[in-house]
Amino acid sequence: MLLEYVAIAILIALATFIALAAVLMGELFGPKRRTAVKAEPYESGMRPIGPGTRRMPVRFYLIAMLFILFDIEVVFLLPWAVAFRQLGVFGLVEMLIFIAILLVGYFYAWRKGALEWE
Amino acid sequence: MTAADFSLFLPLAVLLIWATVLLIVDLFIPKERKGWTASLSALGLALTLFLSLRQWGETASGFGEMLRVDPFATFINALLLLSGLGGVLLAYGSIRRHGVERGEYYTLLLFSVSGMMLMAQARDLILLFLGLELLSIPLYVLAAFALPRLDSEEAGLKYFLLGAFASGFFLYGTALLYGASGTTLLSGIAQAWSQAGRNLFFLVGAALILVGLGFKVALVPFHMWTPDVYQGAPTAVTGFMAAGAKIAGFAALWRIFTEALPGLAPDVTPILWALSALTMLLGNLLAIAQKNVKRMLAYSSIAHAGYILMAFVPFGVPQVRDVALAAGLFYLITYAITNFGAWAVVSALERQAGQGLELDDYAGLGSKAPALALAMTVFMLSLTGVPPTLGLIGKFYLFRSVIEAGFYGLAVLGVLTSLISAYYYLRLVVIMYMRPGEPQPVANPWLNLTWGAMAILTVLFSLIPAPLFWWASQSVLR
Repeated sequence: MLLEYVAIAILIALATFIALAAVLMGELFGPKRRTAVKAEPYESGMRPIGPGTRRMPVRFYLIAMLFILFDIEVVFLLPWAVAFRQLGVFGLVEMLIFIAILLVGYFYAWRKGALEWE
Repeated sequence: MTAADFSLFLPLAVLLIWATVLLIVDLFIPKERKGWTASLSALGLALTLFLSLRQWGETASGFGEMLRVDPFATFINALLLLSGLGGVLLAYGSIRRHGVERGEYYTLLLFSVSGMMLMAQARDLILLFLGLELLSIPLYVLAAFALPRLDSEEAGLKYFLLGAFASGFFLYGTALLYGASGTTLLSGIAQAWSQAGRNLFFLVGAALILVGLGFKVALVPFHMWTPDVYQGAPTAVTGFMAAGAKIAGFAALWRIFTEALPGLAPDVTPILWALSALTMLLGNLLAIAQKNVKRMLAYSSIAHAGYILMAFVPFGVPQVRDVALAAGLFYLITYAITNFGAWAVVSALERQAGQGLELDDYAGLGSKAPALALAMTVFMLSLTGVPPTLGLIGKFYLFRSVIEAGFYGLAVLGVLTSLISAYYYLRLVVIMYMRPGEPQPVANPWLNLTWGAMAILTVLFSLIPAPLFWWASQSVLR
């Protein structure tokens, strides 16, 4: 019974090993020329401006929440698209119900003014 | 998936669709007419109650055994829907006065009730978890509903963080049970148990699930959140939460342990015994020290969780199991009724920004508002279990079934802690009648209706408890 879990243990060990190996090998064998510029935080290639711990407008949280709403939608839509033929009409109806529920949430957020920045 | 499946699912589906549509409808109801939202949500609950009661006597499973309709589920559903109606009444009577009237309140309440109903009906651990989350997430939001009041926000955040943690326990327990049996169906787990026998996975999984649900119903080692959340949340939310979440949590606990893990009884019984004893003792002892009525009632609700859990201790004794479960169900009704009444009175005395909640604020209520004081006295007596109130009858059935199963110590402890509880319940009565003061109760028709109806129900069922107990004994899990 416990033997069934050995595969998982091997997977965990292997994953840990590969991750550690990748990091350590670069550290051991890679050339190192440290400069002040390289030690700066990475900001998409720009020179960083100001401190990293600025206060963010709370509106970003709203945007993040809306993003999650649609992100989850995609997470479910993608496997459905892959298995569309097998699922048939049943899958289509289920998905339409799911999207309708999400749209209710979207409509609610819209009417409440969550999409307006000002 | 057949038409029969959907007829099982109908009450729940109606409530869910109703809530979703109400969310949109509420957007078009102007701010000063939120009474419409309240009445629409009450209508939805009443309709669901009607549909749910039509299933009375039916026993069937659907969706591949995952969803169940049986007298137990119907009983719990009816109780939950009535609690929902009580929650709407309480809310409509109080949230406008505190300036937190928002239409989402009622939508969230409907979603929470549907989660609770799912917990009573589900026979699959994943579905139970879904119900648990659907119950909890709206409650987290409702607890913080009085924002920008800081204590309400604190209550919401505290409840959310600890609740999410407890959900993790439940989920981990589910994972272990799945690992041990290869299925999340309760019947499948019972089957796997009878084949595999004693196994550490079952034990640890069951323990983790007990912790997760014990948090929801506020059993003692997992009760730390209760006083703060009950105190900080708007009073209407607290009243609903104290009844609904407890009923649903116990329903799930009963179903999981009797249907999936009956063989685990010898191992679990001592743990349940200890939890019940600790909860009664600590809940009642800590309530004595409280000066704030909401906190006092919060500790009292912890203590009552201990009494209700008592019904569950003899679940491994086949002759007593059904009687004990019926006693537990009966106690849930008595608890729900008195609980709503007491919270309605608290709400009537609450003034802006959490004022009017200290014990001293109740001084002089006996002469200033005799009806209100009388109702509160009835609730306090019933919560104590003074003869001839409903509370005594509930406790009597509980103690009797525990004694029949041979747990004498637990029964003695139950009586002793009831005596302790008399001190703080009756202290409030004494303060109301004996001490002079200038309380300022609010006369809101909906609040009056809530506490009035609950007081009448308490007295009525104290005189004729037999039909209720008959109903409860028809509703045990088989």
